[in-house]
Order: sequence, then structure tokens, then C-alpha cells
Amino acid sequence: MKINRRIFMGNSVIAASTLAAPTVFADGHAKPRVVVIGGGAGGATAARYIAKDSKGKIDVTLVEPSRMYYTCFFSNLYLGGVKSIDDLGHSYGKIAAGGVNVVHDWAVGVDRDSKTVSLASGSSVPYDKLILSPGIDFIDGAVEGWNLSSQNAMPHAYKGGSQTELLKAQIASMPQGGTYAMVAPPNPYRCPPGPYERVSMVAHYLKSNNPTAKIIVADPKPKFSKQGLFQEGWAKHYDGMIEWISSDFGGGNVSVDPNEMTVSIDGETVKVDVCNVIPAMKAGRIAELAGVTEGNFAPVNASDMSTKANADIYVLGDASQQGDMPKSGFSANSQAKVCANAVRGSLTGSKVFPAKFSNTCWSLVHENDGIKVGATYKATAEKIAKVDGFISATNESAELRKATYEESEGWYAGITADMFG
Amino acid sequence: MYCKLVLLLLVTLFHGSAYAESAYSISSGAKLFKKCQNCHQIGEGAKNRVGPQLNNIFGRTAGGLPGVKYSKSMVQAGEEGLVWNNETLNSFIENPKKLIVKTRMSFSGLRKEDDRKNLLLYLSEFSKDATKVKDLENFTKNKNQNVDPTILSIVGDPEYGEYLASECMTCHQSSGLDDGIPGINAWQTEDFVIAMHAYKKKQRPHPVMQMMAGRLTNEEIAALAAYFKDLN
Repeated sequence: MKINRRIFMGNSVIAASTLAAPTVFADGHAKPRVVVIGGGAGGATAARYIAKDSKGKIDVTLVEPSRMYYTCFFSNLYLGGVKSIDDLGHSYGKIAAGGVNVVHDWAVGVDRDSKTVSLASGSSVPYDKLILSPGIDFIDGAVEGWNLSSQNAMPHAYKGGSQTELLKAQIASMPQGGTYAMVAPPNPYRCPPGPYERVSMVAHYLKSNNPTAKIIVADPKPKFSKQGLFQEGWAKHYDGMIEWISSDFGGGNVSVDPNEMTVSIDGETVKVDVCNVIPAMKAGRIAELAGVTEGNFAPVNASDMSTKANADIYVLGDASQQGDMPKSGFSANSQAKVCANAVRGSLTGSKVFPAKFSNTCWSLVHENDGIKVGATYKATAEKIAKVDGFISATNESAELRKATYEESEGWYAGITADMFG
Repeated sequence: MYCKLVLLLLVTLFHGSAYAESAYSISSGAKLFKKCQNCHQIGEGAKNRVGPQLNNIFGRTAGGLPGVKYSKSMVQAGEEGLVWNNETLNSFIENPKKLIVKTRMSFSGLRKEDDRKNLLLYLSEFSKDATKVKDLENFTKNKNQNVDPTILSIVGDPEYGEYLASECMTCHQSSGLDDGIPGINAWQTEDFVIAMHAYKKKQRPHPVMQMMAGRLTNEEIAALAAYFKDLN
């Protein structure tokens, strides 16, 4: 559907006039209340935009357990020695200064009837609109032999912070000529090029610190994001170091033993020094507790990211099931702005503009060898649908690849400023 | 001495050109080139001065001549694929800051299409790879690629612009800081609209921007311009 702005504006005037009628909020309080759970690319952005744009007309509470947020995006660059861990950490001080009530606690339950969120500390927070942006959790038993208690022996490092640091330390202590194994995740998962950028960055680190080391990737998929570009880069920069075993060659038939530090791929058991297990993913637990998931993720309406299950609960980013957008920080940030605009409109009668989404994923193959893939999206009645896209080409010049990497640094500075103020 | 060199070349070229008698002339181009020659040399023995020498400018990657002090944005445009040809030079000469916002070239541009044709015809005489410029039909095409005055006159809605701008803020910082992606605050409305339409028509090279601008309507571009104009 092509949205004609005149028609759209006409509709929004009608919508606004309906909403301008006095709205009664839960227990008759004066200001509408928005609670956001999860302070990442989706949640931090949504909280900040609603507070900023409503100019005090909406009470916004952000519930996030961590005081420092370490981005998962760019964490591979830390593994590769290109960025430091401090480059990835962000605090919530400016969000709080922007008028958001930041609560460092775990949300442990949602009562949809009384419209309250209960916190691990025992208190509860009422909401008129609830925005969930909890990211991902791992599916129990997805990789035979691995569960969450194995994450110290075999880190996933697929949530930013301590896991990333642990994996980095393990790679640094590999013996010369040792083996790093990755168990790659099945679709759909957070950051489609992420595992392969990680392989590139681990190879980059090993190339200078442990040049005889080997990398094995067991993959339950027959192909992956930006495959041609990654494989071109692997042949160019890390020839002979990386063995990618696709599902066509038994890469999906995997079990691990965290005590013995072994990986079995299609019946063949290998002793490894580091085993990076990235299991199949599902929506962060609070989405399930709120009763808005169906299967592993939470189906949402494309126009405003409200859940199919409950009109007052919205789900952003990796936890949502929205259609064509990849699960990425960029996508979550894009969805957050559409959601913030719609939530503000429904609570204060402000204009609601049509949903527009976009995403670009930059990946680093080697120092100054950046590649990217991106697309724009629109809301249809069924889903978020792709409009147009592009991808880097193989055989691009070194100058262009360097420009692409520098652009990704600009994007990182941009999106983190957009999230955290 | 330099002037003499140019004149000498002109005489030579004048004889050899099939275009000398057409509506556009190398001699008119040579006169126009006087506006350029404080900074640019062309012809035998031409050297880089404030700006690059312009022999074989057709087919050259923007910002790509060694030993020239280019703006960062010119080098970046080249890295992103900007190559000088009939179309890109025409666009640059018309309004340099339209194509390369932060170019060091302090020249306001040749607004008259005929002037640009003449100048390009002259420049092309010093380029091996300039056959295309002689296809004057290209200029007609170019004209259509310029932004229609009715589009430039659209008054944008800054409130809608603010919403649309939130999408830009994922990469372009609201503070205007440049950490690898340029700030876009406080742009003149017309420059902003022209730049966005140049992306939309794929005249400016950059795949992300071509994609982002590609789906914006004329009204939406005007709305964005109205918002960014006042953002400091």
C-alpha cells in the first residue's frame, strides 16, 4: 500500500480528535504512564524519544538491570583487537537527565489486568502502555550437551558485556596452534552477519598472535548473510585458517561436552581449546511472561509494533516477530521510533505519522575492510515488508572498504548517541 | 606564460574540433575557464595549484590525484565511487556545494546551462576519455535531473520533518558531530533539498543515502529540510 500523505494526515486528524477527548488512565492518575523494559537499542531509544517528544506530558520509566550497557554490536571488533571494552560501554545518566525514570531492576512479571509490572525487588510499576525490548534468550537444549550453566566453559558471547570479555580472554589463552570452534545458530537469530564477522575478527586476532591456530565453524544452515563477501575476505586475509562446515556437510548435527572441551560434528569428535556456542534464540523471558509470544517470538502489528496479543503491550527489536527486518540493533532503534511516535499519539493525541523502517548492518572482515548490507521497509497489514535494499560487492577497492569501515564507526557513534543521549 | 600556453593550445584545438561551429564553442569555454584559472591549470605542462590540474579530468576519480589538498568530503566522495564525467562535472560546476557539501572549491557555480556546456566542451579537449561529453544530448538529460523549481518551492512541515529525521539520527548525530558520518544540522533548505534529490536520482554516490532518499516523497524531503534548517 502506498501511503498518500494527504489521506494519511486526514485520518490522523480524525484519530487525534477522538483522542483529544478526555482519556481516563488507570486509577485516575493525571499523567499517562509508559513503562519500557530493556535498555538496549529498542528500549533506550523508545524511552528517550517518548520523554523528549512528549515534553513532560508522559511519565516514562525504563527498567534495565545493568547500570552500564555493553553493546553487542561492535563486540566482535573488541574480540579482533580493533576496539577496547570501554569503547562498548554506555551509562544511562543522560537518559535519566532527559526525564526518564531509570530503574535498575529485573522485571519479573506482567499483570495485564491490573496493568502493572512486578520487579525482582518486590515493588510494582503501573503502566498505561508497556514497551518490551528484552532482546533474546537461548532455547534450552538447542545444542546437545550445552545449557546456561555451561556458559562459562563454552561462552555464547551473544549478549554484550561479561560474556564478551570471557570469550576474548579464552581466545587470548589458546595454546599456539590451538583450535577455536563456533557452533553457529539456526535462523532466526540476532544479527545475521554477527557469527561470521566474529569468525573474521577472531581470525584477525589469531593471525597476529597465534598464526597456526585453526577455526572450525559448525553451522546448522546451508548459507549465511553476506556469505560471498565473507568468504572472499577469508580467502584473502586468512587463507587456510577457517573451516566452515555447513548443514550440507553435517554442520547441524552437533553436540558438545563442556567438561571434556570436545565438539562432535556429524559423529566426529574434536578436542578444542575454545568453544563458542551460539544456541537457537527466543524472545527475552519477560515477553513470554507477559503472554505476548507465540512460539519463540512475539508477533506484532507493523504499523506501531503493538503485539497481536495485547493492544497496550508493544515489543521491539530481537524479541519481536515482525516480518522482513533482520534482528539487529539498527532495526530495534528504527522500530523504537515508529513505536514511540504511535504510543505518544495514542496517549496525548499528538500526530501519528506513517511507519518507516530501515536497517543497515556493517561488518568488519579485516582491519579497514568493511562491508555492508541494508534495506528500507514499510508497514503492511500483514508484516513489516522490505521496500528496497543494497549490498556491498565483491572485489571492491581497498579505499571503498576503508570508507565503509569508517562509516560504520560513524554509525556506532550515531546510534549510541541516539540511544543514550 | 601560462596564459600563452592556454592560448596556443586553443588555437590548435579550435582547428581540430568538429564542434567549433555548433551552438557551443570551445572558445566560449576557454573564456569561461578564466574564472577557474586562479586555481586550476590545464594543457601541456599544467601543474596542481590550489586546485588539481585538469588534464584528463574526465574519467578521473574525485579527490584522486596525488599531491592535491582535497577536502575530506571530496576524497570520501571518490572513495564512494564518484568519477568525473559529463554528468557529474555538469552537476558539480552548476553548484559545487550541491554535489560536495564541504568542497574546498570556493566557486559559486555556473547556473547557465549553456555556460556549462561550453566549459565542459573546453575541458573535454584536454581529456583522452571525453568522447561522452561531445554527445550534447546528455545535457538535455541532465537538465531533467536538476531539481524542478516547484519542488524547491514546497514548504515543508517541520513537525513531520522531526519524525522523519529520527530515522536519520541513527547515523547522523543530532549534536552535529562527525565521527565518520557527517553532521547535517543547520543546512540551507535549498541545499538540503537539492542534495537529497541528487541522492534520490542516484547522482550523488552512496548506496545507503540513495536508498534512504529513494523512498522519500518531495513533501517528505521538504519536511526534513524544514526541520534540519533550524537544528543546531
